[in-house]
Amino acid sequence: MSAFHVRRRRVAVVWRTLAAIALTVFFLFPIYWLFMISFKTAEEIFAFPPRWWPSRLQFDNYAVLFKDGDATTVWNSLVIASASTVLAMVLGTLCAYSLARFRTGGEHLSNWIISQRMVPPIAVVFPIFLIYVLFGWVDTYLGLILLYTAFNLPYVIWMMRGYILDIPISLEEAARVDGCTRWQVLWKVVFPMARAGLFATAILTFVFAWNEFLFALVLTRTEVTTYTVQVTHYFGGQSGFWAKISAMSVLGTLPIFVVVAFMQRYLVRGISLGAVKG
Amino acid sequence: MADLRITGLHKHFGNVHAVRGVDLQIADGEFTVLVGQSGCGKSTLLRAIAGLEDIDAGTIAIGGNVVNDDPPHRRDIAMVFQNYALYPYMTVFENIAFGLRARGTPGAEVQTKVQQTARLLAIDHLLARHPRQLSGGQLQRVAIGRAIVRDARLYLFDEPLSNLDAQLRDEMRGEIKRLHQELNKTMVYVTHDQIEAMTMADRIVLMRDGRVEQQGAPLDLYERPATRYVAGFLGSPPMNFIEATLSSRDGGVHLSDGSVLELPAARLQRVGDGHGDRAVVLGVRPEHISRAAVNGLRPGVVAHLAQINLVQPTGARTYATFGLGGTAVVAELQAHDVSQPGERVELAIDMNRAVLIDPSTERVIS
Repeated sequence: MSAFHVRRRRVAVVWRTLAAIALTVFFLFPIYWLFMISFKTAEEIFAFPPRWWPSRLQFDNYAVLFKDGDATTVWNSLVIASASTVLAMVLGTLCAYSLARFRTGGEHLSNWIISQRMVPPIAVVFPIFLIYVLFGWVDTYLGLILLYTAFNLPYVIWMMRGYILDIPISLEEAARVDGCTRWQVLWKVVFPMARAGLFATAILTFVFAWNEFLFALVLTRTEVTTYTVQVTHYFGGQSGFWAKISAMSVLGTLPIFVVVAFMQRYLVRGISLGAVKG
Repeated sequence: MADLRITGLHKHFGNVHAVRGVDLQIADGEFTVLVGQSGCGKSTLLRAIAGLEDIDAGTIAIGGNVVNDDPPHRRDIAMVFQNYALYPYMTVFENIAFGLRARGTPGAEVQTKVQQTARLLAIDHLLARHPRQLSGGQLQRVAIGRAIVRDARLYLFDEPLSNLDAQLRDEMRGEIKRLHQELNKTMVYVTHDQIEAMTMADRIVLMRDGRVEQQGAPLDLYERPATRYVAGFLGSPPMNFIEATLSSRDGGVHLSDGSVLELPAARLQRVGDGHGDRAVVLGVRPEHISRAAVNGLRPGVVAHLAQINLVQPTGARTYATFGLGGTAVVAELQAHDVSQPGERVELAIDMNRAVLIDPSTERVIS
């Protein structure tokens, strides 16, 4: 290779690296800024020209949230998102297995199921509110957990059906001949084979429930308010609201960071598995 | 171990009648091969025995117990699948141990049995590996190991060698036959390959269109086929079929090109009497045509001067194609019997071993 080509290749690498850095900064800056605001004092937040980092790391903004009890809304979100994810995953995976292996409901039932996901939430929020009032489920864990489970089920069923169809049926047949019942086949063959898909689907289901705002706003009052609803309570006249919003947002973002960081391997593999499914 | 008895088995897939009233008895310790072309119902029959397909009518009894309604895990069978069906997330050891563990075998016994089986199949050095780290032949050995590690009543093989290359297939064929001789267990083996069937089976069950066309010992089927289909299916190159007329006047088989092949008197008595002239299909195996000996012909062997059209040497033997009765006929000759196309040679056709087939029923009449 000539010296000219070597130089040209090096220049290309430099440009590519610079572009990657620029994009990373562009996308990470809002998150950086969010974290920084949460550690700043009120003066620093409104300072002009803006301060790129706080003069000292202070946790007053967080302390306020814990003192006022606002931080419990993160706990509420955690309970509701976790419980609805577990429920949706268990029920959805079983439904998906039934659709994939027993052709339950014929060829098109899975299409009908996923179509439910396409209904605009705003169209059903008030009928659901009225039903919840009737059942006494407004502002209860049960209410939101059931609702998020119902909303996530079509997605879980659709995704898991694809992952299960990808598993060669002879593996299940081999296990059945080897002495496993259907339940054991699920536990010993289907779940391990679909593990990446299970985790990827569970993460996305959890993230949906975690970030949900509309239903949480309408169906909660004071007892089980989720953090997304709580953040909106701070918009108003008080000067410190940016500090609270950012501290609350950091608290609300951290669990997602943790979940994704631990399960990144499965998330990437699970999503790409789904992508190549014909 | 146990015997297997199937009576009146029917299976439909929608409008397709895949298995049409199969009756089968397989003795304890017997190696039976179900053979036939794709779609003949052999795999469906095997899967029905395993309990992986529900049946529409009939009974399946293993060791005297009817198992029609038993799910696969209660039938106490072991099966080797065409695509190996190994669990990719388990090591070879775990794959082989899977069936034992699923049935609650104690840990120490699992350890011993897996080691024994792995030694038997010469894969004991692979136990810690995962399936993705193995070659095709090794995968197949592991799949066989997973089946034979258990002391099942019945062992089923669903075209286990079809994914292997030719050389490995020959090797594994011998291996499976050796295993059967050592273990002496009841085995049912499905294949579309007639050489596998001939070389491995104690008994061949040849299936066609969901029915058993003929069953028996391999050489029985080869030498005494009941139908044209059986005669044509077994043997490579296949039997030559020539349309002809059997004359009771002169006892000859008259071909369309005017040649007459005389039938031995004893055989003529069985088929020719009282029928006058009748249309037949003459079936001659390639190995029953040879170069005519200089010192005369044995009784029942007729000479035919043939012009060779195609010569295919295979090393030990040479396949020579020539025209007879308007049909291209293949003869399996000695390696140097013919050298090039166009050669005229005198061939000897052994009519003692030829078969005559009734063209209307396709059944062998002699």
